[in-house]
Amino acid sequence: MSDIASKPITGENASPAGQKTVAFRGGGFAPQSRRWVGAIVFFALIGFVEIATRSGFITSLTLPIPSEVFATFIGLWESGLLWKHLVPSVSRLIVGASIGATLGIGIGILIGLFSLARAGLVPLIAAIFPIPKIALLPLFVIWFGIDEPSKYALIAFGTFTPTVVATYGAVDNVDRTLIRMGQSFSLSWISIVTKIVLPGAMPGILSGLRVSLAIAIILLVAAEMLGAEYGIGAYILEAGSLYDLERLFVGVTILSILGVGVSSLIGLAENRLLNWRI
Amino acid sequence: MDLKLDNISHFYGEMEILRAINLDIPAGKVICIVGPSGCGKSTLLRLIGGLERPTRGEVLQLGSPPPGSINPLTYIFQDFALLPWRTVEGNISLVLEDHGIKGSQAADIISDVLSRTRLTDFRRALPKQLSGGMKQRVAISRALAVKPAVMLMDEPLSALDSQTRELLMDDLVNLWTNEPFTAVYVTHNLNEAVRLGHSIVVLSRRPGEIREIVELDIPLEGRKMGNIELERQQQLLWNLMREEAMAADKELINV
Repeated sequence: MSDIASKPITGENASPAGQKTVAFRGGGFAPQSRRWVGAIVFFALIGFVEIATRSGFITSLTLPIPSEVFATFIGLWESGLLWKHLVPSVSRLIVGASIGATLGIGIGILIGLFSLARAGLVPLIAAIFPIPKIALLPLFVIWFGIDEPSKYALIAFGTFTPTVVATYGAVDNVDRTLIRMGQSFSLSWISIVTKIVLPGAMPGILSGLRVSLAIAIILLVAAEMLGAEYGIGAYILEAGSLYDLERLFVGVTILSILGVGVSSLIGLAENRLLNWRI
Repeated sequence: MDLKLDNISHFYGEMEILRAINLDIPAGKVICIVGPSGCGKSTLLRLIGGLERPTRGEVLQLGSPPPGSINPLTYIFQDFALLPWRTVEGNISLVLEDHGIKGSQAADIISDVLSRTRLTDFRRALPKQLSGGMKQRVAISRALAVKPAVMLMDEPLSALDSQTRELLMDDLVNLWTNEPFTAVYVTHNLNEAVRLGHSIVVLSRRPGEIREIVELDIPLEGRKMGNIELERQQQLLWNLMREEAMAADKELINV
């Protein structure tokens, strides 16, 4: 944030008759886009670990060698097992997160629009928000069975609460003068909601989705660790119980990539839906 | 269509905002309402257009709006109130869609109002690309699109710099001379009031009461900058308001 762009100008260039340049002091505090810095930090870190593990500076019990993790990943890909683990995980994520996010946006809008829904539901949401949803997995297994539905339910439930909170906050923040304008032109209630409130709340809803989808990935792994034959979570659990650090890191890397993918999907949606923002 | 304010009083909780306002708004005239800050002039405008209910008294509509008027009482807001996610065209079609005007019929209306406000070239621009003056012209064309019987203008030029304000005043005068409209124009700027008002209503400080109604006979198109008579009227108005404004400035705000 506060990169200092210039050195303070000293009094040395105080040439003729006490005349000197006014020192520039307005630098920094202006975030700029630096495209490749993220990638450079990432590769520098990997490179450091690679050299340190190969030279024995870091023992192979502490961290696996990055190139071997990569080789394990290629092996997983070539054996076809990657897709066997990835496809069920991604489909669980899509189904669970869609249910949770849809319900969350719906309930959030209701809370934002109706005082009755707000009075009734906000305390309830506040009460269920801090419950670690993983603790409820046994309950979901009893309700929905050991198969897919209990995993969907866990992910959906975990996505639901943060989405609700983000959505009604976003609806509250819609510019009231725009709503007043809609009323002054005698727009119908439904038009005001769909053409003014919803687009106005969209920035807040999308940034809320960033958080809730990351939570969805965490819960996906938790659900798969507790009972799944295939899936990234099952793969990580198996590697972990064998202390196979290479495979463990492959699993973790896949999750990171999944997270980056989801986040860039939301970035794309923001660019498309919110191109009207300054 | 005329409007008549019949003995309007308004309270926010215990606080009296407006007291016994009686006013006639005849068709085809621009009525300016001036007063010190916090005297309830914007509240009065919200009452006239039905965005708020007066505590006592009522706003009466005399006669029916002219045929083809889609939204008889139409506002123009200080902060423009344009939807940032819709283009100029989309912002105007927003207020037509709900009244069943779509397709080529809507396109015709949009072309007409944009040409009247000299915005034809900016049809597909987003509000963020426009200057403040252009945004307010978009808001004016949106208001014209619904063929209002009365335009309710809430400090429409107050968010603009003084050059843009001069230009927009000329625009408003031209619009009125080409096709006279009825307007209630709320402002704290006495210069705008003497340039645009056929009559100027001076409100006292809170609770707002009508102190005086000044009639100006000079035709709108003849009121140029530096007109002696206008200067004199503006000075008179300022003398009327000066003490009120000073007293209002010293009041504590307990809202």
